[in-house]
Amino acid sequence: MTRLLKTVAEATRIATAFETAGAVRVETDILQPAETLLDLYGEDIRARAYTTQDPLKGEQMLRPDFTVPVVQMHMDVGAEPARYTYSGKVFRRQEDDPNRSSETMQVGYEVFDRDNPIAADAEVFTVIRDALGDIKLNAMTGDIGILTAAVQGLDTSDARKNALMRHIWRPTRFRRLLDRFSGAIPMSASRKAHLELKLPLELDVPQIGLRSQSEVEARLLNLKAEADVPPLSENQVALIEGLLKLRETLPNVLSKLHDIAVDLPSIANAVDVFAARIDALADRGHDVENLMFDGAYGLTQMEYYDGFVFGFTAEALIEQPVATGGRYDALTRVLGRGASIPAVGGVIRPELLLSVKEGAQ
Amino acid sequence: MSVKLGVPSKGRLMQKTFDWFADRGVGLRKSGSDREYAGAVDGIDGVELVLLSAGEIPRELAAGRIHLGVTGTDLVREKLAPWDTYVSEIAQMGFGRADLVLAVPNCWVDVDTLDDLDAVAAAFRAKHGFRLRIATKYHRLVREFLRDNGVADYQLVDSQGATEGVVKNETAEAIADITTTGDTLRANHLKVLSDGMMHRSQATVLKSKTAEWGIDEKSVLAKFEEMIL
Repeated sequence: MTRLLKTVAEATRIATAFETAGAVRVETDILQPAETLLDLYGEDIRARAYTTQDPLKGEQMLRPDFTVPVVQMHMDVGAEPARYTYSGKVFRRQEDDPNRSSETMQVGYEVFDRDNPIAADAEVFTVIRDALGDIKLNAMTGDIGILTAAVQGLDTSDARKNALMRHIWRPTRFRRLLDRFSGAIPMSASRKAHLELKLPLELDVPQIGLRSQSEVEARLLNLKAEADVPPLSENQVALIEGLLKLRETLPNVLSKLHDIAVDLPSIANAVDVFAARIDALADRGHDVENLMFDGAYGLTQMEYYDGFVFGFTAEALIEQPVATGGRYDALTRVLGRGASIPAVGGVIRPELLLSVKEGAQ
Repeated sequence: MSVKLGVPSKGRLMQKTFDWFADRGVGLRKSGSDREYAGAVDGIDGVELVLLSAGEIPRELAAGRIHLGVTGTDLVREKLAPWDTYVSEIAQMGFGRADLVLAVPNCWVDVDTLDDLDAVAAAFRAKHGFRLRIATKYHRLVREFLRDNGVADYQLVDSQGATEGVVKNETAEAIADITTTGDTLRANHLKVLSDGMMHRSQATVLKSKTAEWGIDEKSVLAKFEEMIL
């Protein structure tokens, strides 16, 4: 059998396992409207997705993932609760690494269910793990909900919290914001000059472009207000850093989170969810005593995840997880035009799974 | 077999390239009529002159259809990824200097840095309902620069010329373009962000890593490098 046929056979096996677990098979278009993806991921998606021009439909992209079209389909026509599976290719441009494939098979399992999100987290993790078979893989988990709860609970202005939330998936910029808000980076000379500008502005330069003078003045007012907000305390910065650096087994992380929650009570709910999820995973037979957690997991690659995240990796292929998944409640709100539903899902990459299986033999 | 040298086919860049090589004993000239894109080389054997559009030279080098080429490093980095797997730089020629910069209207008196631009992009999107538009023809370089600096909520719109005019025409809010003196930016009421320097480019002699380098070509290259370096 050729490689591609083997991959298709493996994908079929996985999809059948997902159907047995209760999922309904769905298909999505390969061409997706670029605008939706650009608004969601930002301009960076252009570096990763193939863009093509259609004279009638405008800019289209070869689907870079299934999650967005599956969520759209569910929000438009889906009944609740729903479990879906899909199987097909996703397309990713590879600008930096010529050895990575630009079209890869994915087989997914997605759960839209409001009743018991924690049970759904454990269900998706289990269904994916079972479909991977009995090969040796390292599991990693994370929980972006804990970090967002921590940011929301910081003792600072809403403007600062919003700025941090906006960049939670960009670790470098997030770090920079923390440094600025805590005073670790001193105020720049240009910012000091901005604060000294008299309002309303009397400018000797022409007003050009769509951004009006009132927008400039509104921002200057914000900057003045921002300058009066006391710096974020070192202690609070250390708490956030501590969350991001957590890298231990689930029970150890839980006890550390209980400690952190004493100083940062806003994460208490998220920690309860985390604890309940450990129980749900244990009920499903997972060895939670040895299951690893990484406080920064899912923050760089998976921009729409906002709760539980997980991945399975082979020793020999650390760079490319064989399976990944997570919770994306906020994405359903963005794509749902007013509606939303708790949702969690994951994908297996059958080509990588085959390579790992062959390597193990 | 000969070593093919790709050189810009028009204007000041061609003339300065010819002068630069002439100073080093390599005579390049157009053969035939002034309008014919055929060239001749004196002073060194085994080198063939190929006259090309400067914008196509990176692609021809990457494909290995020419061995050597003269073009700006901005075009190499924009058009080839990752550029250094296809070409290497042999000599910087000291002319054709251009800086790729990010510029915003002078009337944005609250904006001086990328931090400011990022904050403005968020507010702009909330107010106007679309992502702040940056006009450029250097899509890859600009996108990578903004990604590395964590700027979000912007979009790149294509502009192949007269880019400095787009803000006044309200087809973009900011621009990313090359500038030498900054005069055109100033004349169009734009200012460069203090940390908005993306790339300093100049005319450069480049060597293809994918072209066929047999024994003959290598010995011609050795002589060529001896003359120009």
